[in-house]
Amino acid sequence: MGLSRRDFLKVSASGGLLLASNLAPVPALARDPVPRLPEAVGILYDATACIGCKACMSACKEYNHLPPDHYNPSNIWDDPIDLSAKTVNIVKLYVNGTAQAKDQEINGYSYIRRFCMHCVDPSCTSACPVRALHKASNTGVVMYDKSACIGCRYCQIACPYNIPKFQWDQAFPQIVKCQLCSQRFAQGGYSACCEFCPTGASIFGNVQDLLKEAKRRLSLKVGEFADYPLQRVDSPNKVSRQVTPYLQHIYGDKEGGGSQVLMLANVPFNKLGLPQLPPTSQASHSETLYHTLYKGMIVPYVVLGGLFALIYKNTTGHGLP
Amino acid sequence: MKDRHFDHLPDHFGMVSRRDFLKFCAVAAAGMGLPLGMGGKIAEAVAQNLKKPPVIWLSGQECTGCSETLLRSTHPTVEKLILDLISVDYHETLSTPSGALAEAARHKSIQENKGKFILVVEGAIPTKEGGIYCQVGGKPVLQILNETAPQAMAVIAIGSCASWGGIASASPNPTGAVGVAEALGGKTTVINIPGCPPSPYNFLSTVLYVLTFKKLPDLDDKARPKFAYRRLIHEGCERRAHFDAGRFALEFGDEGHRRGWCLYKLGCKGPETYNNCPEQLFGDVGPRSWPVGTGCPCFGCSEKGVGFTKAITEQASLKYFTPAGIHLEKEGGKVRVGGGELCLTPPTAFAPIHPPEGLGASATAVGIVAGLAGLAAGAAAVAALKLGKEKPDSGPETKKE
Repeated sequence: MGLSRRDFLKVSASGGLLLASNLAPVPALARDPVPRLPEAVGILYDATACIGCKACMSACKEYNHLPPDHYNPSNIWDDPIDLSAKTVNIVKLYVNGTAQAKDQEINGYSYIRRFCMHCVDPSCTSACPVRALHKASNTGVVMYDKSACIGCRYCQIACPYNIPKFQWDQAFPQIVKCQLCSQRFAQGGYSACCEFCPTGASIFGNVQDLLKEAKRRLSLKVGEFADYPLQRVDSPNKVSRQVTPYLQHIYGDKEGGGSQVLMLANVPFNKLGLPQLPPTSQASHSETLYHTLYKGMIVPYVVLGGLFALIYKNTTGHGLP
Repeated sequence: MKDRHFDHLPDHFGMVSRRDFLKFCAVAAAGMGLPLGMGGKIAEAVAQNLKKPPVIWLSGQECTGCSETLLRSTHPTVEKLILDLISVDYHETLSTPSGALAEAARHKSIQENKGKFILVVEGAIPTKEGGIYCQVGGKPVLQILNETAPQAMAVIAIGSCASWGGIASASPNPTGAVGVAEALGGKTTVINIPGCPPSPYNFLSTVLYVLTFKKLPDLDDKARPKFAYRRLIHEGCERRAHFDAGRFALEFGDEGHRRGWCLYKLGCKGPETYNNCPEQLFGDVGPRSWPVGTGCPCFGCSEKGVGFTKAITEQASLKYFTPAGIHLEKEGGKVRVGGGELCLTPPTAFAPIHPPEGLGASATAVGIVAGLAGLAAGAAAVAALKLGKEKPDSGPETKKE
C-alpha cells in the first residue's frame, strides 16, 4: 500500500483546487460569443408590410418539393396548423378582440411568419452529437445532413423556436427545417419565399444589409411614403408604401445571440409566439459548462484518480488484488 | 310566374317587344340579387307607371362618359327601353331643344312633377367662388342643384365625379370640386353609383329598384347600393388564384402578364375597391371584358380615396381585408358586409399563434396499455419468484445423476 492518508488528502485537496480554479470564474462568457459571419445571408420579415397572401408558403412548398399538409382532413388544399415535417414556413395570425385593425395589439390582428431563424450561435448544432445540423461556413445557413443524422432529436429539444421537425410517419425519418433554399444559391437563386413576396414584407440579403434596412424602416415617419425593396435587400425593384407604426425593436438582432432572420412588427413579439430570449445564446452557456468541466481533461482525471485511489485504499487492506 | 300575369302588359313598349321587355326585367332582378320572380313585379311596376317617371339629368364637371356608358349598354334594346321606361325630360347632351328652350323644359318638368321625378347628377360640382367654374344658362350648377334636389323623389349621383368629386377633385383641385352629397350639405340622401364609368346596369337596377319598391335600396357607408358594391373586386377576380399562389406580372408585356397572372405588383387596386366588375363585366361581350380581365390593373375608380387619389402604380393596401371567421360587431352600420362576414376571400384559414394541443390518449387506449403493462409486470414477478424457488430444487437433482 503506497498511499498514505496524508498523500490521499493531498491529492484530494489539489484536485479540489484544480476544480475550483476551473469553476470559480464560471463566467457566462468563458466561451467567446460567436460573431456574425461577414457573408451571412438571411431574411428580413416585416409583419406590417405582410398582407397574409401566403405566396411565401406556396412558393416554399413548390421549390422544396414538400407535400401539402392537411390539418383538417376534409380540406383538399394545403392547410397546416403549425410547422411540421411537411411545412417549413408558415404564416400565422395573431387575433385580439374584434380584430378591426391590422398591426394593432388590442382589437387588432397581425400576421407573423415562422420558419428557421438561422441563429448566429444555434442551439440545435450545439446539441447535435454528430454534426448532422451544422452552420455553413460561408453563408451561415443552418444545414441538415441526413447521412449523418442518428435520429436522436436533441435538436428539437434544444431549439428555442421549436423549428426542427421529425418525420414521424416515415420508415427512415429525417429532420426537416428551412435551409433558406440554399440548394438554389449555386444557380444565383435565393429563398423562394422572398422571390414571391409581393409587398417586400420578406426580403433576402446579407444580414448586415438587412440590419441596416430594418433600422431604416424603424426610423421612417409614420404616414409618409417610403420605398420598400422587393425580393432582395439590394434590389432595384422597389415599391412605394405608406409607413405604418413599428415597434422599435428588431427581433433577431440580439435575441439568443442573434439570428440571421430578422423580424419587425407592431405587436409585441411574445404575443406573436416568439420567445423572449437573453442576449447570450443558450449554446454558449451549455458549451461553457461542458468545456469547463472537460478542459484539458483535468477534472475527469482528478475525479477518476481520486476514485481510483479511494477504491485502491479500501481494497488493498483486505488482501484483495 | 304565369303568362296571364302579364296579359295586361302591352305587346310593345315603343320599339321593344314584350318578350324583350320581360327578359330585361328578369336580368335586372338578377342583377339586384332578387329572386327571378321579381322580374314580373318590376315589369308590372314599370308598365303601371302610365306616366313614365320623369328624369332630370344635370351635368356638372363631367366628360359625358356616364351618359355614354348608359347609351352603349347593349342588353337587348336597353337603350330604347330606358328611353321609354323613363322620360328624360332634361339632359344637356341628349335633349333635342337647346338654349332657352331646354331650360324652359327643365323648369316645366320640375314644376309639374314636384316630388315625383328622379334627379340624376353626372359630374362634380365646383364650389370655389360660388361655383362659377361650371354654369348652365348663366347659373352655377351648384345653385341649380340646390334648387332642384329638394323637390326630387330620389337623387342619384352617377359616376365617381358626382359621388365624391372624382378626377375633377384630384389634387390640386383648382375649382373646389366636390360630390353631389357634399354640395347639398348632407341634407338630402344621395345614392352614389361610382365608377369611371360605372356599369350601366348598376344604375338601371337602382332606378328600377326605386320604381318597384318605392324606397331606396340598401346602401353601404359610402351610399352605394349594396347589391352592386358589396364585395371587393379582389374577391371575384378571375386572376385571384395567381395572387394566392404568388404568381405576379412584374411589368406590362412580361411572361407573367401574357399568361394572365395577378396584377397586384403593377398597382392593381382590386384588393381595396368595392365593385361588381368581375361579375357584371362591361359591354356585354363575354368573359374578360373588364379592366383586369384585359390585363390592365384596377385603379379603384369606385372607391373614395383610391381612384384619382392614389398613384396608379402604388400597391393596394389590404386594410379592409378582415380574416374570415372573425365576426365583427356592427357599430352603427359601419361594418362592411363584403369585408367581414361575407368575406369569401381565400386563403380563409390562418394558423393560430399557439396551435391547439392534442387531447392526450383516450380512456380506451390508456386502459389497454395499462392492462398490458400490468400483465407484463405480473408475469415478470411470477417468473422471478419461480426462478428463486426452482434453483435449490433443481440443484440436488442434477447432483444425484
